[in-house]
Amino acid sequence: MSARGDTGTYIKRPNRPLQIYAVIFLIVLYVPVLFIPMFSFNDSIYVRFPLQGFTLQWYAELWSRDAVWAALFNSVKVGAVVAAISTILGVVAARAITRYRIPGKSALVTFIMMPLVIPGIIFGVALLVLLSRMGVPLSLYTVTLGHLIVCLPFAVATLLPRFEGFDPSMEEASADLGENGWWTFWRVTFPMVFPGVVASLLLTFTISFDEFIMAFFLTGTDATLPMYIWGQLRFPQEFPSVLALSSLILFISFILVFIAQRVGRMGLEDA
Amino acid sequence: MKNDAFISIRNVNKYFGSFQAIDNVNMDIGEGEFFSLLGASGCGKTTLLRMLAGFESTSDGEILIDGQPSADVPPHHRPVNMVFQSYAIFPHLNVADNIAYGLRKHKLSKPQKQEMVDEMLELIKLPGYGKRKANELSGGQRQRIALARALILKPKVLLLDEPLGALDKQLREQMQLELRALQRQVGITFVFVTHDQEEALTLSDRIAVMSGGKVLQVDTPEGLYEAPTTREVASFIGNMNFFQGTVRRNGSSEAAIETQGLGSIPISLEKVTKPDGAPVQVALRPEKFELLEEEPTGGHFVSAKMDKTAYLGERSHYYVTLDGKSEPVAVSSTNQFVARDDDRWKEGEPVWLSWSPEAVVVLDAD
Repeated sequence: MSARGDTGTYIKRPNRPLQIYAVIFLIVLYVPVLFIPMFSFNDSIYVRFPLQGFTLQWYAELWSRDAVWAALFNSVKVGAVVAAISTILGVVAARAITRYRIPGKSALVTFIMMPLVIPGIIFGVALLVLLSRMGVPLSLYTVTLGHLIVCLPFAVATLLPRFEGFDPSMEEASADLGENGWWTFWRVTFPMVFPGVVASLLLTFTISFDEFIMAFFLTGTDATLPMYIWGQLRFPQEFPSVLALSSLILFISFILVFIAQRVGRMGLEDA
Repeated sequence: MKNDAFISIRNVNKYFGSFQAIDNVNMDIGEGEFFSLLGASGCGKTTLLRMLAGFESTSDGEILIDGQPSADVPPHHRPVNMVFQSYAIFPHLNVADNIAYGLRKHKLSKPQKQEMVDEMLELIKLPGYGKRKANELSGGQRQRIALARALILKPKVLLLDEPLGALDKQLREQMQLELRALQRQVGITFVFVTHDQEEALTLSDRIAVMSGGKVLQVDTPEGLYEAPTTREVASFIGNMNFFQGTVRRNGSSEAAIETQGLGSIPISLEKVTKPDGAPVQVALRPEKFELLEEEPTGGHFVSAKMDKTAYLGERSHYYVTLDGKSEPVAVSSTNQFVARDDDRWKEGEPVWLSWSPEAVVVLDAD
């Protein structure tokens, strides 16, 4: 921020009301969320003020619970598969959208992005009806399928700017220098979009890891972590450990998305 | 023109949908030649270059490179390399890796590769730059890296798509000289696309002037400038004055053209193929006129009036008006004897224009 007296250029000059607005915005957005980690360290099974004292008891309890580990493992499995598949599909889609003349391209992009705005409950019910009609038993596979639908638009949205941001003559230059399509992809295209691929993997993993609605409709006997939390809410005495688990998920998600944002923009500014 | 053309373009057409980008182009490019495709944007010159590189197919006709038909050869199997307008330097690789990019299939040892890269860096006058990143380079340096990356593969033909367009004027002129010297040094056929006529004249052995997908004329720089065959070429390369005229043959060995503005000009018979009374155009470059204060005693001259003057330092441009011609005539002369303001022509002054019939170009009427 520039010093007082220096009014800066028209766009960059400091704007006091805007700063206040930004601070209020962040408070409204994040203060409710901050209550969760706060009470997860509270030495009482009741969520109420005043706070009773600091404890790690709830975290220790989580550590020794097998069902938590099983749910965690399920979520990581689903998340990893969803991240890999949606990113591969995202790369293929983004390359096709940016490199080929496709009739009705903007309509196609709109359709790919549609799951972002269609409520998850509609997709969840639709898939549940479809799968039960087809006689497919609910399992982690059906959850993975549901998560793919949710994650693919995020993968495409992350990768599209990477592909748009690079000069098609790079690929022509590679062909001109003697490399076929396969080698051109691995020696030029992939390294240039690599930060976008990493960002897409992290983002889609996080979304799948946190996703509840699809999992709610499509889970069989193996619960994912959000499903496990949902199940525990019935038992008041379990509530503090749910808060502890939620805090951990919150923390890991924040870190992953933060890294994804940083990596995804790498090399775009100075290109 | 040599018979052993290195690149032969035969009856080539290219359509993008209903738009015809290349209209029945025929030309031969010799081995080791610096050949330019010159034209305004959208004239088809880049499309033709991309056809040579293999990025565009021909709708019909054929292109032979070193005697081989090229229609089914993909870009990565062609003995040609290209320098792109944007240079297309790979941003994730350093300079040395960029230059060595095409060597993967050559199965060379690391020291061999290193030696070839160093040789190239020497050639483009950037020794020691191998470890630099692409984004640390200036425009001129990127352009040289792009050249080195193509030349290291020892192509039979180097294609250059307006490689100097992005550089500022001073750097561009320096790079023109270097490019010409480099081409002589390596002896590879260069096909160079540009919209800058001065650049084409400076660099090329021969130039193809293109417009609307057609090749208007293929000639040496001198040929294009001194003996254009159409009005379009004449006005695209440099400035040109045009005069309407009529052929007058007296049956003898002499012919003349009766012009509007310049009177009757005797023309040798080989310059005029038209019959008596046929309408033609006479074209004369601005610098072919001489401005005189006094009426000359002999030769070809006409009286005129100074209309506008423009002082450009090394030379001056003048517009003079003639009786019998509505548009003013452009005249260009050096300022060799101009030292003070008084030495210059004043607007409104009567002057005499003198010229030599040898400088006259006869063109078909529009």
